[in-house]
Parts: sequence; structure tokens; C-alpha cells
Amino acid sequence: MGADQPGDRERTMSDSTGHISHLELGDREQTFLDSNELVINMGPQHPATHGVLRVILKLDGEKVLGTECVIGYLHRGVEKIAEHRTYAMFNPYVDRMDYVAAVSNGLGYCEAVEKLLNVEAPPRANYIRVILTELNRMASHQLWLGTHALDIGAITPLFYTFRDREEVLKIFEKYCGARLTTHAFRIGGCLYETYEGFEQDVKKFVDFVDPKIDEYEELLTTNRIWVERTKGVGKISGAECKALGVTGPVLRASGVKWDLRKAQPYAAYSDFEFDIPTGQNGDTYDRYLVRMQEMRQSLRILRQAIERIPEGPIMAKIPKVLKPPVGEIYHSIEAPKGELGYFIVSDGSTQPYRVRVRPPSFVNLQALDMMVRGQLVADVIAVIGTLDIVLGEVDR
Amino acid sequence: MLEYIRSYLDSNVTPGVAGNVFWAFVYIVLIFLGLSIAVIAMNWLERKILAHMQIRLGPMRVGPHGLLQPIADALKLLIKEDIMPAEADKFVFWVAPLIVVLTAFTVFIVVPFGPTHAVTDMNIGVLFMLGVSSLSVLGVVMAGWASNSHYPLIGALRSSAQMVSYEIAMGLAVVSAVLMSSLNERGTGTLSMIGIVQAQQSQGTWFIFKFFPLGLIAFVIFAIAMVAETNRAPFDLPEAESELTAGFHTEYSGFRWSLFFLAEYSAMIAVSSIAVTLWLGGWLRPFSNWLTGSTWDLVFSLFPGVTFLILAAMCFYSTIRMPKHPYFRIQTMGLAGFGVVLALIGLVLFAPPVRDRVQDIYWFSVKVAFFMYLYIWYRGTFPRYRFDQLMKVGWKVLLPIGIAVLIATALVGVMF
Repeated sequence: MGADQPGDRERTMSDSTGHISHLELGDREQTFLDSNELVINMGPQHPATHGVLRVILKLDGEKVLGTECVIGYLHRGVEKIAEHRTYAMFNPYVDRMDYVAAVSNGLGYCEAVEKLLNVEAPPRANYIRVILTELNRMASHQLWLGTHALDIGAITPLFYTFRDREEVLKIFEKYCGARLTTHAFRIGGCLYETYEGFEQDVKKFVDFVDPKIDEYEELLTTNRIWVERTKGVGKISGAECKALGVTGPVLRASGVKWDLRKAQPYAAYSDFEFDIPTGQNGDTYDRYLVRMQEMRQSLRILRQAIERIPEGPIMAKIPKVLKPPVGEIYHSIEAPKGELGYFIVSDGSTQPYRVRVRPPSFVNLQALDMMVRGQLVADVIAVIGTLDIVLGEVDR
Repeated sequence: MLEYIRSYLDSNVTPGVAGNVFWAFVYIVLIFLGLSIAVIAMNWLERKILAHMQIRLGPMRVGPHGLLQPIADALKLLIKEDIMPAEADKFVFWVAPLIVVLTAFTVFIVVPFGPTHAVTDMNIGVLFMLGVSSLSVLGVVMAGWASNSHYPLIGALRSSAQMVSYEIAMGLAVVSAVLMSSLNERGTGTLSMIGIVQAQQSQGTWFIFKFFPLGLIAFVIFAIAMVAETNRAPFDLPEAESELTAGFHTEYSGFRWSLFFLAEYSAMIAVSSIAVTLWLGGWLRPFSNWLTGSTWDLVFSLFPGVTFLILAAMCFYSTIRMPKHPYFRIQTMGLAGFGVVLALIGLVLFAPPVRDRVQDIYWFSVKVAFFMYLYIWYRGTFPRYRFDQLMKVGWKVLLPIGIAVLIATALVGVMF
């Protein structure tokens, strides 16, 4: 607990909140009960911090005076590992960053290396990529909804969303054998041709999950307690989002219409019609609505993609040994959580000189302190949930 | 001996009022046993019902359909290592769960399962119940304090504030029901639990329908306040899992924790039985004024037996559906045996002397069971309130409405 480690940590907290008040207690030994301010460690083992996030909370009763995030408990040195692997060998590692949206991670990396190599994936591969990525966006948003609702105390949506997410994972399993860390794409296209009945499976999933989204909304959207718990909680304006680099649904819920799928289309996204749902208030409720709308938009993209999927090769012609020319590249995609960028420096050898990942969760997590200051403990939970962070991606 | 039992069965006062220590003791033992079984059953039912709301099966492995799961859990809790945090205040830590469980059980002294089926009938019964059950907040605060840890402390602070605030709304609702009981020739109401039910009987209506919608509003206020009072979802902030890990009993484990668990469930049953007594006619059967006559009496008196037969039928149906693999043979036999026991109880309940005597207990239990189901239903559907919102609901919504209903009830009562 916080009281166990006074000194440095205590001082940083007091600096960040501006003031600290310790009562004069004479000879008696001071305990945490003697001050008005209570320093609490939320995490790294805490049911609502989505893994191993540690948030040091400074509380006045229930009111949050300040927070400090301590990250790194899940650091695996993914970026460093890249420097000792060939380009193809590093591909599976990126799946382990945002493990609930592994397909998006793979897509971003493959496209970045393709850009570096100056090759383009064939159209059919691009369509398969879009379909799998959008399926993954569904899965990621469903997992977010379930856990977010669970944090706020609604335990039932979790099971509904997991039931439906299972269908996505089944499609992944049939396609490439893995359910979570799929390693679905290869540099230059896709390794696997779609299996027999893939289109029907996706179509069936789309028709199956469309009414299910209504079901989630029925449980939450007009639920009085849900609205009270989320409206006006964790407000952040569009300008503040931009200043902090916050992207994804959080940015869009603040009224900024920014989606990389539209802004700088990659894969086959320029072929599809879809809207960018935005909110106005930038609070937790708007972020919830935006994500619900995004799920519907994903279904829209899936419907179009299944209709128009072209025939043809799925792998571009690339050499067996990948030796990109000397240079550097930054390529970013719209992952379910925001802008996922890869900055790769090549020195002309088979291994990247440096890979830097711009993870959406890490950047979005910066906004936590600003969003919860002055609010209550329960709101911290709600805001951590609504930021939709995955610690594997924050720490890498 | 038989004579003695018969003479008791024919008496028309509770053992406490008659000053009969022996029968009072028997009742206490019966209530304690019944309550323990109810808590065990409730544990299983909650997990099963919640599971089915959440499209999963719940416990299925220990015994057929997980019927033995609560027993396995209880056994596990009993043989767990007794951990007391090194920094805890030993004595307070030790005594807190005892206070909570004691208060939760003590209130059942005045709960009337029938006109004579209560340990005693106090003339301040309602007051006694509210008073004693509100003492449990003391145990909660002590538990939070003695743990010497942050989360339990916040949990205890929350729950003390919450229980104290909602008691006021609860009290106002109760007073309006008590006011209704004074609508007789003498013009005096009663705080006796049995007296209130008898008032509903003589006025020919349950208080929930009295002065419609005044009785209903008072009932709804009570129904909301009692959920907050027992710290259950959506008012389960003191033990909000996602915020405070487990709230005031974070540091408790094993047997001490199971005492908190026991207390929580028996408190739920206790407040539900207050609600049933005050608004839903206690032990009275439904439609006792509309569907009168010996035929209807007979029909309603068959309900207890029929209920058990339905339960038995469900058991037999599940027995048929059990997997045929030899591995499940013992479970299948156990389930069938359970069904046979239920069927036998059902048949015994059809016998005329038994039939007439268990009626009131049956109707009371059914009404309480309805509230228990509501508790589970709330838990399955509602998110959790935030602390300030909880206080807002208590002080700014329930309290004014409660006062308004109380005044309105008084005015209407005076006018008619």
C-alpha cells in the first residue's frame, strides 16, 4: 500500500497535486489515517486495471486529487527483439502487443515493411486483410464493451459479448489455426487462401451479430444507472485530445472526425462506403456510443467486402530473403484502439536497424490523469475502461 | 408428549408471548436451521439463476446440477487457514464478523411465519427489527477499521454512510405502513409484526394496495432502500469488486469471511420478510377476500404440495436427461433420490392436518422467495451506482417522496 513506501513516491504525488497536508501529531507515530489525503495503489493486481496497470491515486475521501500511472510490468522488449530478427521472423511478435486485436497489429507491420520494400499486396489479399481486420475490430470492441460494463458493475453484458466474440475467433481458427495471436498476414500478402465456406461464415456472422448489438444496447444505452455513471465522466475536448496525441474512438467521441481508414486509406479501405461515427461531449457515454456505432460500421464494411471480394493471387512477388533498401518508413493504421504506427529503419540488411511502435493504448493512457482529476474513485475505473487500454501494448 | 405438542399446535399465541421457554427454544433452533438451509439454497439458486441469465450453466460438477456445490464451498471455507493480518487490530477484527452475523440472525426473533409461528411477538416488533438490523453497520465499520488497510477502510466508510442514509427513507416508508394499520375503530396502530398482518386481514387488503397508489409508492421506496441496506447490486458499493476489490471484507478469509456471507444473505431474507409483513400481507394467502369459500380454501391449501411435486417433477425430468455414461450413475441416482424426497414431502403436504398448518408458512416463504429472486435479477441487469449518485437517490429522491407519502397517507387516513 501507499503508506508502506513514503519518500520519493509520496513526494512526486505531492508535487503533481500541488499541495500536501500532514497534521502535526506530536510524538505519535503517523499512519495514513492521520492525513486528509489518502494515497492508494490501484493495481498492479486489481480486478479493474485490465492487467498490470498500477495507478497511484491520491484521494481526499472519494475525490481524486491526482493520479500517476506506473507501467512496465508487462514489458517484454518487443522493439529490441526486432533488431535481432529478420523482417519475417519479427512478424509474429507484433501479435503479442495488442493481443485482443492481433490481426490489426500484423496488418500495420506487414504494410509498413511492404512500403519499405516497395511492393504492394494483391487486391484479393487486401480484401482478406480488410475482412479479418474488421472482424478483429468487432472482437476487440466486444471485449472492450464486456469488460467496461463489468467495471461499472453490469456483469451480464460480458457474457453476451464473449458469446458473440467466440464466433469471430472460430472464423480465425478456421482460417489460420490460431484464435488470438493469429499471425494471419505475411509480408507481401496472405499465406493462406480462404477456406471453403469462408464467405458464408462471415456472412452468417454479420447477420448473427447485427441483432446482438441491439441486445447489448438494450441492456445499457437507456439504462438509467449506466447513463448516470457514464455521462459527463472523464470529459476530454477535441483540442486536448490533439495536444496529447489521443486517437481512435476517444478522439472521435470528442467530435474530431479523424479515422485513418478514411484519412489515408490503406489496404482496400478506399473501396468501401462507411461513416465515421463521432460524438460531441467527449465523455464516457459518447465514447460508448461511438464504439457501438463503429461495430455497426464494421459490419457494413464486412458486408461490402464479402460481396466484392475479387479473385486472384494472394501473395505479391517478393524475394525469399527480405533485404529492404536503406531508409526509414512510418506507416500507421487505424487499430481498434486508435492510431497504430510502425517506424522502421532499415540499414539494408536482413534485420531492421530499429523498430519503433506507436501504440494507441500507451498514448491514450496519458489522458487518464487529466480526465479523472477532481472526479471520484469509481470514475477512475470507468475512465480506465473507456480508454480501452491493453497493457501488452502499453508496455510492449 | 403428543398431547403436549397438540396442545401447543392448538394454542393461538407465539411461544414468547405465552412464556413457554421450551417451545421458544425449539423455534429458535428451527429458524436457525431453516435459515442456514435457506442461505445454502440461496447460494446455489443465485449462482444457477444468474448463470442462466448470462447464458452459462453455473455449477454443474459437484453433485447433479451442482446441487452439492454450496456444501463443498462451505467445507472449503471451514478448513481454510485462518489468516489474520499482522497489522490488524486483533480483537476488533475477531469480533466484527460476530456482530454482523449476530444481528442478522437476531432479527428473526420477531419475524412472523404465521399467526403463531414466531419466536415471540413484541409490541415494538418493527422497531426491534429495524434497530437490530441497523446495528450490523457497526460490525462493518469495525471490520473495515480493524483490517488496517486502505480498501476495507473506504469500503467501511461507504457502507456506514450508505446504511445510515437509506435507513431514514426506509423508516419513513415503514411509518406509513404502520399508519395504515391504525385504521380501525380504536384508531390505534401497532408496531407488532403479527398485529400489522392482522390489521391487513381485518381491513381486507394488503397494504401495498391500500390508498392506491400510496401504499405502492411506500412499498417501492422500501424495496429500493432494502437493497441499499443489504449492500446488494446495484447498491453494492461497499464491496464493489471492480473498485475496492472486496470492500470491507477484503482482508477476511475462510470461516470469518463465510460469516459475512451468511450475514449478508440472512439480512436479505430479514428485510424481505419485513417488506412481506408490512405490505404483502405476511402469511395471508393471495385473494383471501375475492376468492372465498371452502372450495377456494381447498384449492389454495393444495399449493404447498403441488409446489413440491413440481420441483420433484423437474428433478425427474433432469434425471431422464442425465448422460447415460456409467460415470454419471451415482449423480443420476442422487438426483432421482432428491426428487423422491421432494415428492414425498409434497405428498405429506397434501394430508389435511398438515395441509392446513403449513399454509401460512408456505405463503410467507413464497413471498420472501419472490424478493430473493428480485435480488438476483437486479444483480444480473443493473450496473453499479456511483457513491454521490447513491447518496442523491437516497436523500433527494427517496426521502422527499417518503415524507410526501407519509403526509398523504395521514391525510387520507384522517379523511376516510
